[in-house]
Amino acid sequence: MSGLLDDAVRRLRSNPGAMWAMFVVAGLVALALFGPWFNPNGSETLDWLHVASRPALQSAHWFGTDRLGRDLFARTLEGTRVSLAVGVVASAVSLAVGIGYGAVAGYVGGRTDHVMMRVIEILSGLPLIFFVIFLTVVFGRSEYLLFLAIGAVGWLTMARIVRGQTLSIRRREFIEAAVASGAGTARIIVKHVIPNVIGPVVVYATLTVPQIIMFESFLSFLGLGIQEPHASLGTLIAEGAGEMEAAPWILLVPGGFLAVLLLALNIFGDGLRDALDVKER
Amino acid sequence: MAPILSIDDLTVSFSQPDRSISAVRQVSLAVAARECVAVVGESGSGKTQIFMAAMGLLEGNATAQGSVRFEGSEILGAQAPQLNRIRGSKLTMVFQDPMTSLTPHLKIGIQLAEVLVCHTGRSWSEARIAARRMLERVRVPDPARRLNQYPHELSGGLRQRVTIGMSLLCEPLLVIADEPTTALDVTVQAQIIDLLRAMREEVGMALVLISHDLGVVAGLADRILVMYAGRIVESADSAELFRDPRHPYTGALLKCIPTLSGPSLARLPTLPGQPPQPEDSLDGCAFAPRCPRAAERCRTERPLLREAGNAGDRGSNGIESGSSAIENGGARRVACHFPLSP
Repeated sequence: MSGLLDDAVRRLRSNPGAMWAMFVVAGLVALALFGPWFNPNGSETLDWLHVASRPALQSAHWFGTDRLGRDLFARTLEGTRVSLAVGVVASAVSLAVGIGYGAVAGYVGGRTDHVMMRVIEILSGLPLIFFVIFLTVVFGRSEYLLFLAIGAVGWLTMARIVRGQTLSIRRREFIEAAVASGAGTARIIVKHVIPNVIGPVVVYATLTVPQIIMFESFLSFLGLGIQEPHASLGTLIAEGAGEMEAAPWILLVPGGFLAVLLLALNIFGDGLRDALDVKER
Repeated sequence: MAPILSIDDLTVSFSQPDRSISAVRQVSLAVAARECVAVVGESGSGKTQIFMAAMGLLEGNATAQGSVRFEGSEILGAQAPQLNRIRGSKLTMVFQDPMTSLTPHLKIGIQLAEVLVCHTGRSWSEARIAARRMLERVRVPDPARRLNQYPHELSGGLRQRVTIGMSLLCEPLLVIADEPTTALDVTVQAQIIDLLRAMREEVGMALVLISHDLGVVAGLADRILVMYAGRIVESADSAELFRDPRHPYTGALLKCIPTLSGPSLARLPTLPGQPPQPEDSLDGCAFAPRCPRAAERCRTERPLLREAGNAGDRGSNGIESGSSAIENGGARRVACHFPLSP
């Protein structure tokens, strides 16, 4: 793969949009992780002297404060961290489950495939918002529930993609050769099928991260996601939406972070797809 | 001597939504130790499916009836774990297209070593050394470097050397080579045939060579089986078959091979007509519609594969190619009512 990977990296490098997007994502991740060290204000500290103050670089609060006097910069960094974590963890889970499930369904085929795909169709038929509300009502509000709900649907598309790729790989001669060499089903799936489907899967995964971040923000905006005093970009935006007329920065700061993050992730995912997809050249 | 592989009355049929078609019809054959048998026939004659059935590689909609015994034990319809003990170690296969029969993302060394790790339980480092030695034996130049390369970095000829080496790693009793030279250009074809010949002398395995090209198998095979429409129509020692073919189909095939001595401007003779479709029901001889010698009897009564020593008509007591074929492995057999005379 070294040759193929080198090619992909070279193509990615020659795509300025994707490179910029990559730096922006890296910058936001670094800021979310290390930013709080350079910010004297904690995300839960109330500054009663500066309630809902405007953003100003000279003051202690660069991006201003919300209506409880909490530092908006610190809050937004925490929100970014939580949103990124949800996006990455949920994508990783959907990647692992989706690859395993899809590869088995596609390779084993027959009745197994039939049953496994029907299960996916049933799950993807669930109306997600109602499902989340239902879970919240039954089990009470919790962040783990959010992971569960997103995880329950995140892997479905991934499994479908992997299955489709596996179906085309399964007919290839090298799989037949592996069978003829006495390799068992498990070995063939792990060593000969999965590595060959990984290209499109990685690309899809990078595009899943922004989708999941968006979805999490959406749920949080509706009040179904992350709860106070914790923050995600969605809860911050919901909070800001209430003060939109009096203090627009409370909406615009987390909103801007979310927009930039999603845009950069999507551009990077697109660039990665172009770089890995040899057929387009 | 007991044959290594004996196939008895094998029928392979594919079920389709509206019908069932037979690719292989009641074929019996045997391969003795160290013997090289070539199975020759045109596309769709069923030559590959016989051995796909033996290897357990049939498609999901295929059913095989009959018996395939390897070293005396039945392997037709055996479960995968039992087959996996044999496949890749004692009974191996070389595929037609070396461009697609190697896993693209694994280095050559890993693919070769995996076979040994899988079947002999050797450690990866030992297996790697054995893999390098095997690459030397199949005349791959600079084997140490090749081990660290990916399949796409090798030429077609080199890749086929690698797959042949892979098939020989566990010192198999029988190698099935399914058109091993078809995907290669002519000069490389000759090298691969030379390699197979040399390996046969060195390793001493039996070899089944599946081909549509009589010229390719001529110098390598001890015995040639000619297939037409799912049946064996002629079986003979290699030299004999070329010297005096008995079945009109074989005769016509041989006439289609260009020679260096013949008149250079003459058109090569061609065989008129098309082979029968697999779903056609064949009462008589499958070749009758294309056969210049066909008589009424050929269209109504299917000729059995029987000894072709004497030209006399032994139709009714002719020996159906069955287990008796195994004892007389080398015997001259032909399935024709009116064979060509010697």
